[in-house]
Amino acid sequence: MNREQAIKEIIEVVKNEPNILIISSTGLISRQLFQLHDSPQNFYMVGSMGLASSIALGLASVIKDKKILILEGDGSLLMNLNSIASIGYYSPQNIIHIVLDNESYDSSGGEPTITKIINLDKVAEAVGYKFVKKVSSLFEIHSTLDEAMSKEGPVFILIKIEKGGERNLPRILNLEEVKSRFMEFIKR
Amino acid sequence: MQKNINLTEKERWSTAKKVVELIKELGINFATGVPCAVQKELIALLSTDNEILHISATREEEAIGIAAGAYLGGKLPVVYMQNSGLGNSINAISSLLVAYKIPVLLLVTWRGYPGEDAPQHLPMGKATPKILESLEISYYVLKRENAEETIQLAIREMLNRSLPVAILLIRGVSL
Repeated sequence: MNREQAIKEIIEVVKNEPNILIISSTGLISRQLFQLHDSPQNFYMVGSMGLASSIALGLASVIKDKKILILEGDGSLLMNLNSIASIGYYSPQNIIHIVLDNESYDSSGGEPTITKIINLDKVAEAVGYKFVKKVSSLFEIHSTLDEAMSKEGPVFILIKIEKGGERNLPRILNLEEVKSRFMEFIKR
Repeated sequence: MQKNINLTEKERWSTAKKVVELIKELGINFATGVPCAVQKELIALLSTDNEILHISATREEEAIGIAAGAYLGGKLPVVYMQNSGLGNSINAISSLLVAYKIPVLLLVTWRGYPGEDAPQHLPMGKATPKILESLEISYYVLKRENAEETIQLAIREMLNRSLPVAILLIRGVSL
């Protein structure tokens, strides 16, 4: 399973769900989401490396009636690892934190990260996430996400994926529009 | 070179109270940040005020992310930090707050201000205004005697431009 397949599967679960907001991380993950399912429910965080989970924590502290899904990579999480300690501390019930782990910085040059040895799901458990799952097949993504929707969070889902996949993806250009329509979507 | 004189505890509390009242009046209702000794009284008030939702951050860059998220959810945030932490958060300020036009009030202690002797703060002290200028972020120095005017100017500009604005705090001058 590669990045595109994993994101497609996640979209299948969330696309018709008006009570889900997605914060996606820098690089190919946001661009892939943008290509497959552009929606006002997505906040594509194209800069500020590592901060997707911090944005989600700030948002979850205010918005309680929607699920807030973080979609980021292993490199992104490692850059701001302290953020998951903060999420564990505040424990917002509505955070579903998904990490696509290909053990590499695949948006740059595929350089290895450290997750071949370091288990991010164990870190999430240690900082107090309430429901933690590690999956490695498309089928499990669907069933785990379905299960996660009814669990009290914060939820952490580590999805082990293969490195590589499409790189020729559209770039998100109008960031003010991304912000404005996301804020409108929340208010609806 | 100006030698900073520490204000009394009573003076610091009275300025901190005034600052918190003013920013609340102008709409600030969310606070996050990383502590700085100069802002001790201010942070104590921000983190216990019933009308302000407060989330602790572990690093200034994280605080910028948390503040941005709160803004997306409808809050108007303030982030407190020392200027050493401004260095830690430049990418977040530029590629998140400025790029998406997210207004956040930055309360930044200006360590390494001329007259201070802590050597580790001097390089960032010298660079602080230049860093903000180069990012086209407006900044104001808070003086005890003109706190009201400074805060009004800063927050109005922040809202008009929908961009972050910094208020610089100097020990002995602001707090």
